Amino acid sequence: MTFEPGNRVRVRASEKPGHVRTPEYLRGKTGRVESVLGEFPNPEDLAYGLSGRPERLLYKVSFRQTDLWNDYEGPGDDRLYADVYEHWLEPDEGETT
Amino acid sequence: MSEAHGHPHHEAGAGQTISPYAHRIRAIEALLVERNVLTEPEVQDQIAYMESRSPENGAKLVARAWVDPEFKTRLLSDTKTAAQELGIDASGPVEFVVVENTPRVHNLIVCTLCSCYPRAILGRPPDWYKSFNYRSRAVKEPRAVMREFGFEPPEDVEVVVHDSTADVRYMVLPIRPPGTESLSEEELAALVTRDSLIGVSAPRFAGS
Repeated sequence: MTFEPGNRVRVRASEKPGHVRTPEYLRGKTGRVESVLGEFPNPEDLAYGLSGRPERLLYKVSFRQTDLWNDYEGPGDDRLYADVYEHWLEPDEGETT
Repeated sequence: MSEAHGHPHHEAGAGQTISPYAHRIRAIEALLVERNVLTEPEVQDQIAYMESRSPENGAKLVARAWVDPEFKTRLLSDTKTAAQELGIDASGPVEFVVVENTPRVHNLIVCTLCSCYPRAILGRPPDWYKSFNYRSRAVKEPRAVMREFGFEPPEDVEVVVHDSTADVRYMVLPIRPPGTESLSEEELAALVTRDSLIGVSAPRFAGS
């Protein structure tokens, strides 16, 4: 499914092996779609000599640092942005932050 | 100089040793050439391309953005086209995004998965940028990392870390230091360090 800026999303807690571009520390974490970056060939296929088609939508997703790390040292406003492909995201119905 | 495997440009000089990783990459390169995937001139062209890029390009973009608000708008909205205006060719498949520091927001760039970096503009990243230490700590304790670079944003400044996980490369537009009103664009560019374009520090001006 596609998302729009402002949507709450959860990064899939998948353990897909191989060349994936979703860092482990984000899996299962919730954030907010900041912007839609466009469509790109799927790097998980490109890495193995495939075409990467169909292209996948890429989103800039914003996370609160205190949602990522229990012992985060900085203020609660500090954020982390990561670029996450659509097939790694699912809607999150939790509270907005 | 050995010609044993046809790579005269790869031998280490006297007293130098070649790491196992370097041996491995040379073996891979030799295979790619042997199988006609790459040619030696293509490899050399790519090295020349990368060595023609440097943080000076980023400094030129930043200095122009500091003196020309309309250019700044273009740099933030369409980085490739803005770079082209200054003769910097950043064309290619990856996207570039410039993120602006403000009195309320400080940006820091990292690639936790490998070493993604705006190479078409800035050239090769510094070795520390590729280190496991920086990649793992920049996302988890960015303020501690910046302190080690001698830079400490105030607590009321939001620190925003950008993990370059996919097809976009990021560069920071730092804040113009106070007291620089009378400096020329060239003098301003000289204040912009590579580290400030990554966000681990900020340009400083000591005054005249």
